[in-house]
Amino acid sequence: MGRYLGRKLLIYALTFILAVSIDWMIPRFMPGDPIQNMLTRVTGAQTAASSQALYSYYSHLFGMDVPLWQQYLNFWDSLIHGNLGISMWLFPTPVSQVIKNAVPFDIALLVPSILLSWYAGNKFGAFAARSKWLDNTVSPLGYLLTATPYMWLGILLAWLFGTVWRIFPIAGAYSFLMLPNLSLSFIGSLLLHWFLPFASLFLVGFGGQAIGMRNLIIYELEADYANYLEALGAPRKLIRDYAFRNAILPQVTGLALSLGVIVAGALVTEVVFSYPGIGYLLLNAIQNSDYFLIQGCFLFIIIGVLLANFVIDVAYVIIDPRTRRGMTGGTA
Amino acid sequence: MRKLLPVLSVVIALSMVLCACAPAATPTAAPATMAPAATMPPAATVAPATAAPAATAGPNTSVPSNLPRNQTIFISGAAWGPASSWNPFSGVLANTTGTVGLVYETLFGFDPLSGNMIPWLAESGTWTNPTTYDVTLRTGLTWSDGQPLTADDVVYTFDLGKTNSALWIAPLWTQQGLTGVAAIDPTHVEFTFTNPIYQEWNWNLYNVPIVPQHLWQNRTADDIANGTNVNPVGSGAYLYLATGQDRNVWVRNDKWWGLSVFGTPAPKYIVDIRTSSNNVALGMVLQGNLDLSNNFLPGVGSLVDNGYVGTYFPKAPYMLAANTAYLVMNLSMKPLDDPAFRKALAYAIDVPSIIRIAYAGLVNASTPGGLLPALSQYDDTAVQASLGYHFDTAKAKQMLAAAGYKTGSDGFVTNKDGSPIKLQVTCPNGWTDWMAAINVIASSAQAAGINVTAATPDQGAWQTAMYSGTFQLSLNNNTPLTNTPWTTYNYLFWHPIVAQMTQGNFERYNNQAVFDAVDALGRVQTTDTAGMKAAVSKIQTIMLTDMPVIPLWYNGAWAQWPIGSTAVWTGFPTSTSAHPSYPLTWSDYWQTGGLETLINLKLVAPQ
Repeated sequence: MGRYLGRKLLIYALTFILAVSIDWMIPRFMPGDPIQNMLTRVTGAQTAASSQALYSYYSHLFGMDVPLWQQYLNFWDSLIHGNLGISMWLFPTPVSQVIKNAVPFDIALLVPSILLSWYAGNKFGAFAARSKWLDNTVSPLGYLLTATPYMWLGILLAWLFGTVWRIFPIAGAYSFLMLPNLSLSFIGSLLLHWFLPFASLFLVGFGGQAIGMRNLIIYELEADYANYLEALGAPRKLIRDYAFRNAILPQVTGLALSLGVIVAGALVTEVVFSYPGIGYLLLNAIQNSDYFLIQGCFLFIIIGVLLANFVIDVAYVIIDPRTRRGMTGGTA
Repeated sequence: MRKLLPVLSVVIALSMVLCACAPAATPTAAPATMAPAATMPPAATVAPATAAPAATAGPNTSVPSNLPRNQTIFISGAAWGPASSWNPFSGVLANTTGTVGLVYETLFGFDPLSGNMIPWLAESGTWTNPTTYDVTLRTGLTWSDGQPLTADDVVYTFDLGKTNSALWIAPLWTQQGLTGVAAIDPTHVEFTFTNPIYQEWNWNLYNVPIVPQHLWQNRTADDIANGTNVNPVGSGAYLYLATGQDRNVWVRNDKWWGLSVFGTPAPKYIVDIRTSSNNVALGMVLQGNLDLSNNFLPGVGSLVDNGYVGTYFPKAPYMLAANTAYLVMNLSMKPLDDPAFRKALAYAIDVPSIIRIAYAGLVNASTPGGLLPALSQYDDTAVQASLGYHFDTAKAKQMLAAAGYKTGSDGFVTNKDGSPIKLQVTCPNGWTDWMAAINVIASSAQAAGINVTAATPDQGAWQTAMYSGTFQLSLNNNTPLTNTPWTTYNYLFWHPIVAQMTQGNFERYNNQAVFDAVDALGRVQTTDTAGMKAAVSKIQTIMLTDMPVIPLWYNGAWAQWPIGSTAVWTGFPTSTSAHPSYPLTWSDYWQTGGLETLINLKLVAPQ
């Protein structure tokens, strides 16, 4: 167990270093000079001399007046000390502060939608595989949902439930008449505003999981062991339980793989619903060439995805006995 | 394979996010035109900020948890991100919208409709001699903490620019000739100059925010330049109440000195909402959940015609003008270095179609001189009539032929040496109205035989090309609405020409005669209308002879509000109001009509 986890952790560490390096490089490959962009926002008439002075001032402030290789080393140095730099777009707020304020909204959307859509999708997919009638009606719907772009579904939901029927609000994280407090009405307002963005993430995920599970169950039910059990006269429920436990394994792996897509979908969904979170921040950070905020947002995504993968790895040990056996002797 | 899973999923995550972000920009960003975001430098916009968790409340007042709807106005179009600073001197203008105007006040305000300076903190101001400007403050001015606002605070504020070169007011001392500022008595301040730029001084009078000496004097220079100034104490009509990721909340200062002078702003609370896209803002206006939207909402004209939404004018162009959009040409390349070619291009551009297609009638065509309607009194109409241009494809062709440009085998004109002419007109990707506009520019130029194609690079690349002079043709609109034509021309003909042009004159028009004329205009007294007209006439003559830049249309002071059953507030300024004001809540526009707009509002259903 220890060796297995040790090896895993090493891979995660290497991935982290590689991903964070790419994260550092991406904004610097983008065209545009962030300091120059920033300076166009300075009020008042400036002359060449005063622009130059301001340029050097901010270059130095952001540590961009040294060679690239040194910027890279400085970046790691500050990262280790927990310093993500200062946002240029939201100057002078530190990036860590910007992200800390936005991330709770992302987590509130992502965690429930991923877990619930995975759980409900699998349960439902397994259930649908049993019934010809359900299979014929729900499977096409699942295919439709999973193929829907997040943004498109978001716009559709916002239009139907927000604009046409006016059941849910179309913007904000809580009523614009409220200031955060611990009352029931405030929590109710939070939930009301959270529901549509959550629902659009949930539905797409649900469709994908249900389809995947349905296909796997059908495959498993036709496997030799299922036929053998059936021939022995085992109860249908027992056979289905075995099939489900086998089918769930690829679904877990699939979830790990799709995390990136889901995170990206969440960012787009936030923009559609004008929901706070890092989606809108990242969009603006990219448009304003805000190197540090881009790095910070991606860092959150990297850490989030790696963490989720790690949890899934550990879960795999628990649900797949072959992994456990591999750890104690044979090959993994 | 499974070992590589984490690697794979992170790579997928990164690439997905990148992909997702790129296209997402298109529908959302439509800051098009001047959504104040980054497009207007001097006047700027601004950003909000927080030093505190998701939502923080200021200690100023006891904080209610629910704001009554009939005491609250919802506005949007100004805030563009989470609040980041309440420092009115923040070098890069990241201060929260409303910091200047709502919290910190200026000596004067400015009314773009009448062209008059509005006495604000100052009761009056005069040039007692050509180098001395005297300001008399109102009596009874107070800071929101109860301390009196005196001449010492004004002196302290302006002196900051002398000692702190990182502040945006520093050029007042280094370039605009300010040499001293002194308090004569608690209500009199004397500014002394050498060779003052009178035109710009007036701009400063309504843009330099006065800060309290008693709270600022112990701050370090760095804190003054870059500090966040959380919980700002100002002298203005509103106080900071709270901020969240997508909103800033202000509460009326019921002890404001101006209540008896200007009247009471009707809404007790202002909630400045940041929407992620203009579609969201439009939806909220239609539901009555946004009382004043200063976003560019494409097609809003048809909603006005059908009685859903109110705007300043009941019909096209619906909006007041806020800035001029120009076609900027890179004069350092062939054939754009030839004035005759540039003039032909000016005739070739189909501005009426731009107004119809890109704006659905929300804007008006610019005069050839480029000055906003608010400044039209300074236009030399005779010069514009004789040297100006208008859309006329046949005339453009004729001018090209007369200038010696021959048509090649592909139907497009060629350079005089026979090499083909291929020009590219650009604007940032995602600025939907401009993207439509450059398509019209390209097709109408092609109709006149000039091979122009449209391209939409990323905003950063677009800006860099403009600053470094590697663009060919581009749109630009960075001149704000100000008190003087000098701002416009100083921007268009900014000098000297340097490697990186960031403040204007992207076309790199190098003509000492026009530079001198602009400098001369700056030094005409603001009361000398005839002198200003003469100076403007000189500039417009050179400009329309040489055509270094082509004014095309006026971007609007986008403002729309719900009317009818969903409306909570009424009394927004329209062309038929007795005392109209610019209904703008963008940063730096509170003191040019924004606050007055709030003062004139009334509840639709008063209790």
